[in-house]
Amino acid sequence: MTDISLSQRAVADSVPPATARAMRLPTHWLGVAPFFIFTIMFLILPTLYLMLGAFQNDAGEFTLENIAALSQPSIVAAYWISIKVSLASSLIGAFAGLAIAIAIVRGGLPNWIRSATLTFSGVASNFAGVPLAFAFLATLGRLGLATVLLDKILGINIYSSGFNILSFWGLTITYAYFQIPLMVVIIVPAIDGIKKEWGEAAATLGATQAQYWRMVVIPVIWPSFLGTVILLFANAFGAIATAYALTGSSLNIVPILLYAQIRGDVLHNAHLGYAIAFGMIVITGLANVFFIWFRTRSERWLK
Amino acid sequence: MKTGRFWAWVVFGLGAAYFFIPLIATVEFSMRMRRGAYSFDAYQVVLGDVRFQQTFGYSVLAAIFTIILGVLIVVPAAYWIRLRLPQLRPIVEFITLLPLVIPAIVIVFGYIRMYGSNSPLPFLATDRGTDLLLVIGYATLALPYMYRAVDTGLRTIDVRTLTEAAQILGAGWTTIITRVILPNVLIAVLSGAFLTFAIVIGEFTMASLLNRPAFGPYLQNIGANRAYEPAALAIIAFVITWGCMSLIQILSRFAPRSANRPN
Repeated sequence: MTDISLSQRAVADSVPPATARAMRLPTHWLGVAPFFIFTIMFLILPTLYLMLGAFQNDAGEFTLENIAALSQPSIVAAYWISIKVSLASSLIGAFAGLAIAIAIVRGGLPNWIRSATLTFSGVASNFAGVPLAFAFLATLGRLGLATVLLDKILGINIYSSGFNILSFWGLTITYAYFQIPLMVVIIVPAIDGIKKEWGEAAATLGATQAQYWRMVVIPVIWPSFLGTVILLFANAFGAIATAYALTGSSLNIVPILLYAQIRGDVLHNAHLGYAIAFGMIVITGLANVFFIWFRTRSERWLK
Repeated sequence: MKTGRFWAWVVFGLGAAYFFIPLIATVEFSMRMRRGAYSFDAYQVVLGDVRFQQTFGYSVLAAIFTIILGVLIVVPAAYWIRLRLPQLRPIVEFITLLPLVIPAIVIVFGYIRMYGSNSPLPFLATDRGTDLLLVIGYATLALPYMYRAVDTGLRTIDVRTLTEAAQILGAGWTTIITRVILPNVLIAVLSGAFLTFAIVIGEFTMASLLNRPAFGPYLQNIGANRAYEPAALAIIAFVITWGCMSLIQILSRFAPRSANRPN
């Protein structure tokens, strides 16, 4: 039976082979053509152009000098402060976000708190850039409300005790404002994925609450948690608007250095700009390779 | 259980404090412009500023064109992949994730070097061309969100059956996409559109490096030169973001019903 139908189909297909192919190939690709032309022209080629430029000198010859020049102290310092701020804000964002997510999903709080928190998280995770910097200047700047109230009511002058909004910690606290809600938005579905039956099954088998958390909940959440940490890291690492509006160019993070280089070639070497961009892609790219890897591991559990 | 709930309240309270104090502080600061009394002077100054109106109008226009461009690129591709080329899905999903990996500043740096006035495609030679390049850049930034929104929308409808039914009734491809598929995923497309709007309206990096008179660079400029107006602008921006997200939530309530409607 199958043999006959197969051969019949083969015959039917083979009747107009040339015309069918010629007609089919272009229309087959027509629907996805705009997408591929657009992304190749405006996403992939510009990126490749910079990455190749990082390995060329002004005469267009291959060189590793630009990459080697990244080791000058000012550039290394910029990468280092960027990595520190991104790591700190993503870890703070991840743990605080996880705590909030567990509290609203499993904490036995009223239902409206869960939906209100999720709605607010959607807004706050998109409230970044220049306005966020203004909000934190109004809060923790020298004349900000929190600064003034802490001084008046508790007698704590945070500025005389060394705090400055234009610093590593200032930037980290500000970034946490979009990092924490982003974590909440991503991790709540993962926590929802922990089925009630698992807790009951663990209890039936005699597990204590601590054992249930250590041996069931944490292993299940862990991969998507780590994956989100890396996403948050990349998110903070490429951000520039908040830092630029907050600190001007006084805090020398990599995106601000690259911004200054694009505007006015402050490093006096066009190809060094390409190398800085290349370094940023390598760092966020590595972070995302981990993200995809952890993601595939966590999806195994949640189906 | 009791202690669990106690800690849940503590965590929620701390979180609420961290998220609400900056908003309260910003509102308070924005109303301090008149000496000795709270007033809405800063808002009046900001909203009455011609540069505010111009840059805001420019960014709204850029956002609308970005949404149109994004829909034109994403909807046919996502539809076609569901219908005919499922083997391309992993590649397309990978490409749509790239804008999350490659920072916006790197993408725009690439544009400046590749599409300068001396290049074969001199986008940057004219103002209109630069506007177009900015919209293109925004569409690239919004690509991950737009693609995911549209793909989720397509998942709720039976693309194949709808397409075949339309073909039997004699519809061409344009009719199928504009009159059968698009109305069915309209809510998903609108969700993607509002998210795109929220991202584009205050975007700073690309607009600033392409020297366009957009809202983001205007915000930065006000922040560097004024005291109370930035706080008012931050509140306005927060309200805009809030509005976009609320519209997405309201739309998502309509989504399943309209998608599963049998006619």
